[in-house]
Amino acid sequence: MSRAEAVPALAAVAPGRRSQTAAGFLALFRNELLLTFRRMRTIVLLGILAVLPVLIGVVVKINTDGARGGEGPAFIAQVTQNGLFLVFTALAVALPVFLPMTVGVVAGDSVAGEAATGTLRYLLVAPAGRTRLLAAKFTAGLAFCLAATVTVALSAVIAGTVLFPVGDVTLISGETIGLGAALLRAVLVAAVVAASLAGLVAIGLFVSTLTGSGIAAMAATVGLVVTVQILDAFPQLHAIQPFLFTHHWLTFGDLLREPMYWDGVLKNLGLQAAYVAVFGSAAWSRFTARDITA
Amino acid sequence: MTQAPVTGDVTEPAGGPGAVSRPAPGAASPSRPSDDVIRTRGLTKRFRGGQLAVDGLDLSVPRGSVFGFLGPNGSGKTTTIRMLMGLIAPSAGVATVLGEPMPQSVASVLPRVGALIEGPALYGFLSGRDNLARFDAADPTSDPRTRKLRVAEALDRVGLAAAAGKKARAYSLGMKQRLGLASALLQPRELLVLDEPTNGLDPQGMREIRALIREVAAEGTTVFLSSHLLDEIEQVCTHAAVMSRGRLVVQGTVAELAARARGRLVVRTPDTHRAGEVLLAHKVTEVRIGEGRVDGDVASLAEDALPGLVAALVAADVRVHGFGVERGTLEDAFVALTGEGFDVAG
Repeated sequence: MSRAEAVPALAAVAPGRRSQTAAGFLALFRNELLLTFRRMRTIVLLGILAVLPVLIGVVVKINTDGARGGEGPAFIAQVTQNGLFLVFTALAVALPVFLPMTVGVVAGDSVAGEAATGTLRYLLVAPAGRTRLLAAKFTAGLAFCLAATVTVALSAVIAGTVLFPVGDVTLISGETIGLGAALLRAVLVAAVVAASLAGLVAIGLFVSTLTGSGIAAMAATVGLVVTVQILDAFPQLHAIQPFLFTHHWLTFGDLLREPMYWDGVLKNLGLQAAYVAVFGSAAWSRFTARDITA
Repeated sequence: MTQAPVTGDVTEPAGGPGAVSRPAPGAASPSRPSDDVIRTRGLTKRFRGGQLAVDGLDLSVPRGSVFGFLGPNGSGKTTTIRMLMGLIAPSAGVATVLGEPMPQSVASVLPRVGALIEGPALYGFLSGRDNLARFDAADPTSDPRTRKLRVAEALDRVGLAAAAGKKARAYSLGMKQRLGLASALLQPRELLVLDEPTNGLDPQGMREIRALIREVAAEGTTVFLSSHLLDEIEQVCTHAAVMSRGRLVVQGTVAELAARARGRLVVRTPDTHRAGEVLLAHKVTEVRIGEGRVDGDVASLAEDALPGLVAALVAADVRVHGFGVERGTLEDAFVALTGEGFDVAG
């Protein structure tokens, strides 16, 4: 085995206590983000999300003659008049199913996947610190939510511009705003949609600390999203529905009024914060007390 | 030949094999507690299923030693290592590593400890270099500005510099093992904990890893090496402890442990049966007749009885090709201590 010859700077360092630095502390967060977006799985998920708006746009384009107002997903009638509405249609279609599915995969696998491959024990003896590792995983999960939403929105803007006329936007309350202002609204809506998924990231992270199998954690998280939306559809359960994390998801449409109607959006963001607090704490207390035998 | 008296820091439970080891502090151990890199007292782990994996372990690993942690598979070695590394919490007892209690002090202790636990675990989709960079980034005390340098040096040290850019999933088991070692060597360490580091390696790979362990030990790093290979421990370790069914059977220096195994008299001759009769007539016990050799226990004989034994063999027309006392091995010691074979099938 050859010894190092070109690195005298390090050979001089003696073993002993080293102190933690801010840059060193943050390095794991940076590394976690890089790791998340370098995975083939992440790229494929984002690719699927990018295809979705194109698909919707093409279908609407083909059926333009037969399209009638009041049918299909939200804002679909407006898409033919203004391509920018494809952003809102695509987000409305993606938010209940596709976005939570991809987020469930990423968040559910975050800790369980590392446990399954055994890398978790090496991160912990490095020592990553359990709280710090969990925080890095949560941050990467949020970053993925943002990336996923931005992917849908960007793809929709491009597809909408190519397939349909683009110009001043007539809001659902009747007023017309300029293209620049409309794009700003789109950015705002995308940010709200991304934040809507924060509660799910915390849930996925918690599920992920319960098991040593990445697949089980992913399936459980995605299954939970489906179950909760089914519960949200039963009128008999109206008492608990305002507390379901999916309940206020589609309120982002209220931001397309003039003036913007924030009530539902704020309720949604408050609920997400509560879910992050509850499931974040649960994940933390579970993960910091757990025996790592994998 | 007289049996070597047990001296020094060999500690054996008074209750015989399998009993809980409780070495008298100070008297039995020449190393002061402050010099112990690893020290456990009554360390116990009972898993939720009720299975007792580690039972009242009292371990003392002196600074600067290459400490062999021996035991068959399933004897509690890995569970002990996981407790020492703060991965699992003990059910009872205390463990101190580098003078600080675990698992409470992981943040201050573990940056000074390199570990390879139960084989390497890597991100298959990352290159060897990026794998190391990730484990280095996980340590909040490591300086991001010198990360590339550290990673390059660690890769070079284990002979992986040429394969650094290759995806880890394309690595052979030996290469993965080396990459795991490289991550344990990212920083100058005070303690290196290696759990079965030569598992799955070919003889050449084993030699290289052992050479590396000796090199690291020569730099003053204490090495805690778990293995189920007795000859591995004999080759590289200065000290050893033996685990059996979750309990510590014995610990001490390797030389002292091996000395506890009784030497056996071996006579090489084609006239095995006649030689056997002569030996029995001269109070040699446990005489075993093998292919071209006869061996027996001479513990009851005085050392100066051996020349007389040769004369008696020759007088009985035994063609003596060889005559001597073979030193006991660690394996003999293990068998003597536990009354069981060193069976790794469990």
